[in-house]
Amino acid sequence: MSAAAGVLITLISTPAAVGAALLVGGRRADRLASLVAVVTAVLGLVGATVVLAQRPEASLPFLGLVDGGDLRFAVDGLSAVLVGLVATMSFLVTCFAVADLPHDAARARFFGFFLLFVAAMLATVTAVTLPALLIGWEVMGATSYALIGYRWQDAGKLTAGTRAFLTTRAGDLGLYVAAGAALAGTGGLVLADLPTSDGGWQHVAAAGILVAALGKSAQLPFSAWLSGAMQGPSAVSALLHSATMVAAGGYLLLRVQPLLEATGWAAAAAAWIGALTALVLGAIAVAQRDLKQLLAASTAAQIGFVVLAAGVGAVAGGSAQLLAHAAVKAGLFVAAGAWLTSLGTKQLVGLRGAARRHRGVGAAATVAALALGGIPPLSLWASKEEVLAGVDGAALRVVGFAASALSAVYAARMLTVLLAPPTGAEPLDDEEHGTRRVPVAVSTIAIVLAVFAAGLGALALPPVADSLSAVLLSQEGSAPALSELLLGGLLALVAFGATLVVIRTRPAVLPVLERSALGSWAGLGHLLSARPALSLARALERVDDQVIDRVVMGTATAVRSGAAQLAGADGRVVDGAVRGVAGAFRRAGALARRPQTGLLHQYYVQAAAGLGVLLALLLAVR
Amino acid sequence: MLLTVAVFLPAVVAAALVAMPRLTGPTANRLWVGASLAELVLVGWMWWRFDQGSGAGGVTDGLAFEADVRWIPTVDAGYHVGVDGLSLPLLALTAVLFLAVGIWSLRQTDRPRLHAAAFLFLETACLGTFAALDLILFFVFFDLTIVAMYFVIAGWGHGNARRSALKFFLYTFVGSLALLVGFIGLFLGGETRTFDMVALAQDPPLADSPVAGGLVLLAIGIGLAIKTPVFPFHTWLPDAHTDAPAAGSAILAGILLKLGTYGFIRIAMPILPEAWQRWAMVVVVVGVVSVLWGALVALAQTDVKRMIAYTSVNHMGYVLLGLGAAGLAADADPQARSIAITGAVYQMVAHGLLTGALFLLTGVLWSRGRTYALDRWGGLARPAPVFAALFAVSAFGALGLPGFASFIAEFQIFTGALQAAPVATVVAVLGILITAGLFLSAIQRLLAGPTVIPQDDDPTESLQPAPAEQRVPDGGTTTLARPGIAVGMPDLRRSELVAIAPLLVLAVVLGLLPRLLLEVIEPAAVVVAGLVAR
Repeated sequence: MSAAAGVLITLISTPAAVGAALLVGGRRADRLASLVAVVTAVLGLVGATVVLAQRPEASLPFLGLVDGGDLRFAVDGLSAVLVGLVATMSFLVTCFAVADLPHDAARARFFGFFLLFVAAMLATVTAVTLPALLIGWEVMGATSYALIGYRWQDAGKLTAGTRAFLTTRAGDLGLYVAAGAALAGTGGLVLADLPTSDGGWQHVAAAGILVAALGKSAQLPFSAWLSGAMQGPSAVSALLHSATMVAAGGYLLLRVQPLLEATGWAAAAAAWIGALTALVLGAIAVAQRDLKQLLAASTAAQIGFVVLAAGVGAVAGGSAQLLAHAAVKAGLFVAAGAWLTSLGTKQLVGLRGAARRHRGVGAAATVAALALGGIPPLSLWASKEEVLAGVDGAALRVVGFAASALSAVYAARMLTVLLAPPTGAEPLDDEEHGTRRVPVAVSTIAIVLAVFAAGLGALALPPVADSLSAVLLSQEGSAPALSELLLGGLLALVAFGATLVVIRTRPAVLPVLERSALGSWAGLGHLLSARPALSLARALERVDDQVIDRVVMGTATAVRSGAAQLAGADGRVVDGAVRGVAGAFRRAGALARRPQTGLLHQYYVQAAAGLGVLLALLLAVR
Repeated sequence: MLLTVAVFLPAVVAAALVAMPRLTGPTANRLWVGASLAELVLVGWMWWRFDQGSGAGGVTDGLAFEADVRWIPTVDAGYHVGVDGLSLPLLALTAVLFLAVGIWSLRQTDRPRLHAAAFLFLETACLGTFAALDLILFFVFFDLTIVAMYFVIAGWGHGNARRSALKFFLYTFVGSLALLVGFIGLFLGGETRTFDMVALAQDPPLADSPVAGGLVLLAIGIGLAIKTPVFPFHTWLPDAHTDAPAAGSAILAGILLKLGTYGFIRIAMPILPEAWQRWAMVVVVVGVVSVLWGALVALAQTDVKRMIAYTSVNHMGYVLLGLGAAGLAADADPQARSIAITGAVYQMVAHGLLTGALFLLTGVLWSRGRTYALDRWGGLARPAPVFAALFAVSAFGALGLPGFASFIAEFQIFTGALQAAPVATVVAVLGILITAGLFLSAIQRLLAGPTVIPQDDDPTESLQPAPAEQRVPDGGTTTLARPGIAVGMPDLRRSELVAIAPLLVLAVVLGLLPRLLLEVIEPAAVVVAGLVAR
């Protein structure tokens, strides 16, 4: 193994090992945990720089008997982008968490799971073989459960984690099936071989991967878990919504884009599901009254564009969208977390004027929100246009543009609240007791993220986009024409402006929206309810107890009663015969005893009678 | 010779324990741990020296530590034992689990001498079953495990222990009788008239009489299905577990269930390949039904021990799915079938470690509160964080999270079986979602939320009123003690921790470095995949 390969393995295994050590250390390690986490994150940045330059491939022995059974990791163009993103974001969010977590928090547990979470994402985005991918993929889901349920003492928090894990694992089942299909179709477990698999296995693999990615990325119909995931600490949201978890699904679809294309239907399905998620979750975002919920819905919507990009083959655009969205969303969640700690609320009502109360974070959040709305020349504007430039087909294009306009609407909705002058009568401290201050470190992190959020737009502008595309695919991409870029930007500006006007003139629209089905996530939570499974389980349990076990115990009872009957028969018939014979002999004996009276005259009579009979017999015989 | 010593060492110690009535309890317990430790060293040595020779994979050739002594020459039954890639992992699992259970029982005060003797005798019976290469010898050891476990449950169980023990004994004994009928069928069906497994596997009997072959497989299949257990022969399992002591449950689930699945792979598949192929789809369906049935019924349980017992039905269902799919030789290539078999053997080891740990953890609950009811416990992460951590880790292991041995097993079973039985495998994959749901809900109910601990003296009153905000004088200020810390749930004792933690460490090591075990299993799995395709 080359030195660079060693670095790649170390890059993935170090956070995992350190995280595990922190978890084993427990509360004793709390004091050291922050320092250890920051150092590990810095090491991650260094390691990421090395592997970005060297592009190594590394393999660890794992399963045998089959090609691709090993744990193989490699850094190609697409992986390089993601590794850089994960390392940067995890460093920034680690710093944010160090500043934002309460002093008495169980930091070792937090950073332990956090580092495992990061390691799992790094494994996911560099995995070459399916076992490697599945390990990263599922461990990420499990650690997200632990992080969302971090404050397990509070009712409902762990439930939200359970829901997130079960929903994403429902999708993960697809990955298990895809692995089986890979083995059947290609004779190996190498991800890149999937497009060449024969027969129907190609379709099975594509379907499995599609389902897994949709679950992880909270696309329709899996979206609802993202709403509950807001129960986690703000730092978890900042990472989970930017560079990990939801990003993993989008990444995987970009990775297997050749497979999706090879099947035909899978690419179209991904494109439509992505576009519809962008539309529906965009509408849900507009109707939220809780800032974190608004941001959560917008995450699913923005990742929808990545899924759309994978469907239409715009891999460069999709990657740019992933990067830009990560910076934007991490920035916004850092801001939302800072306000939650400071003001004790995440309700939009209470956050009125929050951007003015804390100006550093406020400015950063404003820039990030404008970028989220697709306002030119900020990042998401450019990346989204690049994705949409790859779309063929009028209907899909219309849906895409509508979703794009919706993102301007929810950004405007958010900004009207945050930038309004505070009245002083905002309901604060409804979640926790606010500290009324934002640490400098947090403001700095938010500003750094905002700079990324603004600047990453360059990625999608034609000259840079072409070279990014060359990095990713070694081929020319479909960078949007200048006219398309401007048209898209104009659309966003119009939608943004129109929203401002509507909110100013008709403020009654908002409460109506909030009370609508959209406000409660359009009932998506009921879609994948566990209730049918639970009632089925109870019914089967009754069958188990009252039918299957009854049959067994019935057999035993039948054997016993049969035995009792046989025992009865044994006593009555078999033994009865024996006793009958004995009784007959006894009676015969009694009869035989009768003549033995001991009286001489009776003996004489008996002898006379006997002689008489003998005489009669003699006469008769003669 | 080494293998024979390893098999009979525990029984010799057991006999010594019985013969020394004046031995004190702690000495007896320590003697048990010492014997188990020696056993583990012996098996470890065998693992170290395990060498099958080049090209041999076991089952029919390349058996290590082989011994073959004439025993009943009139029917050609002998004392024939040996080790290959199928038996070595299970011998090692037996040694590990009995040591863990021995450490767990260090505090045993109820007739400790006989307790230790019963378990050591059981250990010999289990080791003997895994080492046996003769059908009669296998049957004898197989039956002795039932006898020993009957005494463990009836003697040291709780609740309705005698009834459950009797049910366990009679049900599995009926199964072993079916097994004996099958073995006699194999004896009569072979041309050479032998009970020797190696000879029978080399020259499979009843190859050209499908009806007789099918009937013999049916008899053997029912016998092993009851022991495994699979749907619908599983109902003895939850009762036996509920009333068995924790140590007995750990062995029952960890080792005794494996005797059934091991019988499938050691006897049914190599000796009746033609019948196995013909009826493989039935095995697959039984496996899948067990997977779903076990998972769903476990989901509905309100008693944590019964819940874990039912997940055993689910986990053994995966094994049957893999073994059945391996028999569908016409539909899948040898590589995929070998992977399915490898996964099935790996599952036996993984389930033994993780379920053993889970049952020992339920024993902690019983020792503290005399109940397994899920609604009588809550928020245990507060008073007992170590217990909570170990329970959560075992639960995630049992639900097949990557990083644990169970993932290696289930991943290989699914990927290997999909080609041969696509619909069945896709349905079976749902099982890992349901088990995830039931383990997470158990974690939520037992470990999170407000702390609830049952009170010993009043079993009908479930809720102990949490001591409200205690005011503790603390330098002039008042400290708000966290509400709900009850006194009835002390965290794990050292012997409990030392018994459980190594099982979980092993499950993680085997999940991250599977080559350790796969190097041993894979050659044997390839051989079995070849034999069953004859």
